[in-house]
Order: sequence, then structure tokens, then C-alpha cells
Amino acid sequence: MVVDSAAGQQAVDRVFHALADATRRDILVRTLQAEHSVSALAHRYPMSFAAVQKHVAVLESAALVTKRRQGREQLVSGNVDTVRRAARLLDELEVVWRGRIGRLDAILAEGPTGATGATEAGGATGPTGEERA
Amino acid sequence: MTVTGVRKDPAARTMTITAEFDAAPERVWRLWADPRQLERWWGPPERPATVVEHDLRPGGAVSYFVAGPDGERSPGWWRVHVVDAPRRLEFALGDPNIPALTVRVRLDARATGGTRMAIETTFPSSDAMVQLIGMGFEEGMSAAVGQMDAALVEGQR
Repeated sequence: MVVDSAAGQQAVDRVFHALADATRRDILVRTLQAEHSVSALAHRYPMSFAAVQKHVAVLESAALVTKRRQGREQLVSGNVDTVRRAARLLDELEVVWRGRIGRLDAILAEGPTGATGATEAGGATGPTGEERA
Repeated sequence: MTVTGVRKDPAARTMTITAEFDAAPERVWRLWADPRQLERWWGPPERPATVVEHDLRPGGAVSYFVAGPDGERSPGWWRVHVVDAPRRLEFALGDPNIPALTVRVRLDARATGGTRMAIETTFPSSDAMVQLIGMGFEEGMSAAVGQMDAALVEGQR
């Protein structure tokens, strides 16, 4: 499962937010391939060191990259695990719904217990009296 | 397995899954409309759902919680947008297991009997999903990711 809690949901939102910017995606791609210092990254983009540092911080808060210090340098590397999970959301979704449809099918296979249930017009009062088997 | 098709459209941020059942649409509808039946299939056996509130009307809410293997409870909800029994159901879904989504369910009677069900799920979160998958992001990643795949699997054990 991608996410197991409300906190996990927030984590996913942070990932989406972080990935919604082209510079951050580019930084991520580079740091997945090799560790880069923030200053080396800053040379690649037409923006200030501080701006690049800010992008890195957004990526870091989404757990897409991790930072470590080496002397005066801050070294950034991509977090492959987070990226993989994000990229697989649609696949995860397929798995969730395949599971549900499989269970729907099993219930339907039990027999025509609900075959007459054509009456609900969308009201709050569904045929709730039917107990779990 | 009754799943007849899966279509993923990153540009539209949707995943559509279609399935066919021998049962009539009215019967399939009850699996959604009856909270006791919904509980039986919404969560997997190891994470069963308990429906707390089930107001299947436009503007209504369905709320539930999912019990995890170690007893912790995660809340989930639907905000119901469209109800047209036994054909259409649309709701926003805040599920403990997946990001916030819009879900559109369509039930159509098959000419040969039974029901064709299409479930379209859409990620509403801005254009992040488009960018994530639709703009070559995944392809760009795949080389780097592939190299580290084995290590990751090991790291997760």
C-alpha cells in the first residue's frame, strides 16, 4: 500500500507539490543519478543559490531527497524509494480495485439474496437489515 | 477474475477499471448502497472496513474506518456527488490507503444479461499526476531506479 494513514496522505501531497515544479523535477533526476552539492546544482539553473536551496528544501520535506554535510558543502541525493512509490500510484490503485472487484464477485457468487434490491432511489435508507454472512 | 479491462491515462490522471458480472445492475448496486454489503468488500480481509455513516444522497457522506492488522484504525470517507440508482454513483474519496480521489461508478446492463461496471478514479491534486507520469518523468527515472531496485528491495526487508 502506498499510504497507511492521514500522515501518509500528507506525505503524498507533499510529494505531488514538490514534483509540480520543473526545476525541482530536474534536481531530483540529477540527484537520483549522482550526489550533487547544492552549489553545483545552483550553477545549472538561472537562479540564485538561495532559490535553488529552497527547491532542495521542498524536495527534502517530501522525502524525495536527502541532504548531508561534508565540510562546507551540502550534498544532495535522491531518495529512490519515495520516487518509486509516487510513480506507482496508478498501479497501486489498480491493485486496490482489482481486490475490491474480486471480493464483489465472491459476494455475488453466494447467490441471489439481493436480487430484488432494485428499489433504492438514493435515499439514506438502504436495505440495511441484511446481516453479514 | 471478472476484470475485463484496465486503462491508465496519466494525462487525465485517471485509472479506469471495468468488470462484468452475471448479476443484474440492481443487485450490483446494492453492494454499494447497502452499508453492510459494502463492508464486506471495501477493505481486504486483513483490513476490514466498518461503515459508520452511509448517506447515499448528493451532498451526503459515507464514513468508515479501516482496522489494520495491529488494531489501529484509519478513517475514510466519501462525499457523495451523484446518485442515480442503479446506474451511476460519483463521490470524492478520502481513503486511508490511497491519495484523495474522485470515483465515478457506472453500471450498465449487458445485452446478454448481467452488468458491466466501470469505475473511473481521478487524482484531483493539481497537475501533479500529469507531470509525474505523463511528461516522461517515469521514463527519466527508470534507469536510475532500475539500478537501485535490488538494493531497495533488500533494504525494505
